[in-house]
Amino acid sequence: MDHAALSERTKEAQDHPEATLMLLRELVAHLRQNRTQLREEWARRITEAQLLTAMTREEIFIEATSVYDNYIEVLETGSVEALQAYARNLSERIIPRGVETHEVVGIVLLLRDVLARSLFAKYQTDFAKLNRILDAYEPAANRIANTVAVGFVQERERIIRQQQEAIRELSTPVLQVRERLLILPIIGVIDPQRARQLTEQLLRGIRTNRAKVVVIDITGVPSVDATVANHLVQTVDASRLMGANVIVTGLSSEIAQTLVTIGVDLSKINAIGDLQGGIEEAERLLGYKVLMALEAQNQKNVG
Amino acid sequence: MRVPILKQGDYLIASIQSALSDEDLLQLRDDLAEQVGRYRSKAAIVDVTVLDVMDSFAVRTVRAIAHMIRLRGAETVIVGIQPEVAFSMVQLGLTLGDVATALDLEEGLAYLNQQSRES
Repeated sequence: MDHAALSERTKEAQDHPEATLMLLRELVAHLRQNRTQLREEWARRITEAQLLTAMTREEIFIEATSVYDNYIEVLETGSVEALQAYARNLSERIIPRGVETHEVVGIVLLLRDVLARSLFAKYQTDFAKLNRILDAYEPAANRIANTVAVGFVQERERIIRQQQEAIRELSTPVLQVRERLLILPIIGVIDPQRARQLTEQLLRGIRTNRAKVVVIDITGVPSVDATVANHLVQTVDASRLMGANVIVTGLSSEIAQTLVTIGVDLSKINAIGDLQGGIEEAERLLGYKVLMALEAQNQKNVG
Repeated sequence: MRVPILKQGDYLIASIQSALSDEDLLQLRDDLAEQVGRYRSKAAIVDVTVLDVMDSFAVRTVRAIAHMIRLRGAETVIVGIQPEVAFSMVQLGLTLGDVATALDLEEGLAYLNQQSRES
């Protein structure tokens, strides 16, 4: 068949939806008939291609069966809703086990290939019919591959968003250690968004706790760049505007070096080696004096 | 609206009641500088609790107030800067330099009392 005839066929298929429907019905019947064999073939190809290595053979086979049946259903009804729901459900189950996007896309494309091959084999004698069948099959198959892949990626993104939210909530506690003394332990990388949130939370904490001294502990911050350093200075400035003194503790030697290299204005930052020293300094600023019980007793007796 | 200035012992308290125009701010500056001398006050407290915006002119004027009052031999404490205001000021690079600040009026008075005890 030459090229012109081929495109004519394609056109014909578009012009006659009921003809396409008939072909699809025939296709579905074929796929139902050869269900066992095609399904096994597919599962074999998945194992061969070393996809879904996180799952056992039996699991792959069970999922493959469900996907296969869903696949046929989409071909038959033309509605992807059930498949969408299934894809979402499947993604929810397999994402925590470390299944990657390329694996999911890979298995769906494999199924598409396996089915196409079986169609070639069935209609190899009647080329014109094969063409018409493929015309009906290909758009539907592509749509299915698309649906599953998009469903998987969306589910992944949803999980990532959820986790980001969780991390964000966990990451910025503002704690009161004593009357008018807050500590803000920062752990992990500070990005601009987080820095902004930290500052806002700290300022709000200063107002609600009526804090006079704040100790910001950055022992858990692996590295600092110019932006983060400036955020730190900004936080210190903003707290000072609210009438609170800021002490920064836990600057590692690397961070100290970076800050000096970047040339951040450190004159405004009251830095103290570790958190303990910072709290002691804060207590001194607030007029607290911490004594061992025995010592206090002695002082009382002397006084 | 003119900002009322209350005399409270050795201190003057300028308590801003509403958003201020530029003229009001300059008026406040002149009033404070004048009254610090008239009442022989030791310090002035400027309460900015109601301001939810402080632009560069306001910050500059507040700084000018503090410097003028220091030149007149008294101290200044700015009290009641809101968290949002503090944050946006810092982001815009507006600073009060070495002007003393406190959380609210009570804190400001406590700070001044402590200063006078120390000296």
